[in-house]
Amino acid sequence: MAKTYVQINEKIAKGEAVVVTAEEMTEIVAAEGAKKAAQEVDVVTTGTFGPMCSSGVFLNLGQIKPRMKFEKAWLSGVPAYAGMAAVDVYIGATELPDDDPRNKVFPGAFEYGGGHVIEDLVSGKPVRLRGIAYGTDCYPRREIEKTVTIRDVPEAILTNPRNAYQNYNVAVNKSDKVIYTYMGILQPHMGNANYCSAGQLSPLLNDPFYRTIGVGTRIFLGGTQGYVWSAGTQHNPGVARTEKGLPKTPAATLAVTGNLKEMSPEWVRGASLTGYGATLALGIGVPIPILDEEMAAYTAVRDEDICVQVVDYSRDYPQGRNKVLGFVNYRQLRDGKITVEGKEVPTGGLSSYARAKDITNLLKQMIKEGKFFLSEPVAQLPGAKA
Amino acid sequence: MIKKRLVLRFPPDLIDQPITYQLVKEYDLMVNILQGTVTPHEEGRLVVEIGGERKAVEKGLAYLSRLGVELQPLARDVHWHPAKCTHCTVCVPLCPTRAFTVSRENMTVSFDKNRCIACELCVRACPYKAIEILF
Ligand code: SF4
Ligand code: SF4
Repeated sequence: MAKTYVQINEKIAKGEAVVVTAEEMTEIVAAEGAKKAAQEVDVVTTGTFGPMCSSGVFLNLGQIKPRMKFEKAWLSGVPAYAGMAAVDVYIGATELPDDDPRNKVFPGAFEYGGGHVIEDLVSGKPVRLRGIAYGTDCYPRREIEKTVTIRDVPEAILTNPRNAYQNYNVAVNKSDKVIYTYMGILQPHMGNANYCSAGQLSPLLNDPFYRTIGVGTRIFLGGTQGYVWSAGTQHNPGVARTEKGLPKTPAATLAVTGNLKEMSPEWVRGASLTGYGATLALGIGVPIPILDEEMAAYTAVRDEDICVQVVDYSRDYPQGRNKVLGFVNYRQLRDGKITVEGKEVPTGGLSSYARAKDITNLLKQMIKEGKFFLSEPVAQLPGAKA
Repeated sequence: MIKKRLVLRFPPDLIDQPITYQLVKEYDLMVNILQGTVTPHEEGRLVVEIGGERKAVEKGLAYLSRLGVELQPLARDVHWHPAKCTHCTVCVPLCPTRAFTVSRENMTVSFDKNRCIACELCVRACPYKAIEILF
């Protein structure tokens, strides 16, 4: 018999909900079948932790006397976008200080960027604010330089246009020199292969047709509760899929938001990718309601079922060619080696399975303790199965 | 008794010579090969730990220099900070000596300092500055 969000939330309120992690659900369904699992289990928790470049924070810096309308702003030397109302700015994860040498001495280290500013804010560390303005009758102040912490600013809202990619690529380098990419350092002649997905723990791979994840879904974001506000940019649900409906190439994405003031530095980490740039690593978790047998079957997804394309990041990717060297699965990737064009290649992840698993356990705990309730989407994502 | 960790670079003409054998037999040294690569038509590279009496080690190293082997001490110390590590595993395939390994059960990374030859490949690769070189 099908369950509703209301019924599941009632059980959560009474402390009676049966909540399991995505890993546990795989075993339950394997042992008992999807039908029985759907009767027993109410919620499956999923999670992912990795670099998510399309992230950033809207900050309202608070008015100053005399008043000011920021024309340009910097936080610890990193430019923040100020083309909005008076003291609103947006600090993006990949933004770099004006004086960062970039890749002038190759490969650049990108020690500090927007992602690090965001981590410093979350950690409660002081951040240097500098701003300039042209001055108006109502906002006469022309410059400001002061130290702020997250406690001083009225609002800090993490607002990310593209996170939690449903599947991704495996990156290799077929050239004869080392390359530095957003998929990490890639050794020549396919010396290593890097992937970036939590595989069977990943939210959108546990709900491949977005039956339950949609606009308004309450999620775990950076240690607190956040929301999905839209399909993310580059959301592309119409890709080729396996028999079980799992996309074989990068597909759906989520746009998410949450209150940075409530987040924890454990789940919001600045990151530096040598030769590429700075970014933000973020922890996201999504609870999936087991409404029926179909949802139970979806959440039983295993790494060996999820196939992912191997792409050459030395030529094909930069040139925008859609060439695929082959398909592998996340079981092989997590076991540490794959075979590409007859060659055995050791694998490394950018997305941390261990941290993703921590998130599934943490979210499970929050729901069991009645601190986290599920929300029914107010609108479905494009490509969703009704 | 002293121990030294060294990177040895061999010119191509020395690659097929029984050099480590000589070190053991003639100089009474303990030679522990930590890593070795020989690329065709290029030089050979060995990372070794050489142990023995101070005098013997000095003589052994002098012998290597005479032969044309380039010696470089491995003095730097690599530190892994578990509290900063996110266990992403991206450093793992880069490490030539498997100093970083993954427990496949829970996908956590651990570091065996004794295997590390301070090549620094992992240091640049870590996005979270969890690996540091101490001079
Ligand atoms: S420096 Fe890093 S990559 Fe090099 S041997 Fe040590 S642990 Fe391995
Ligand atoms: S690259 Fe850094 S964060 Fe990732 S596993 Fe290695 S030490 Fe840990």
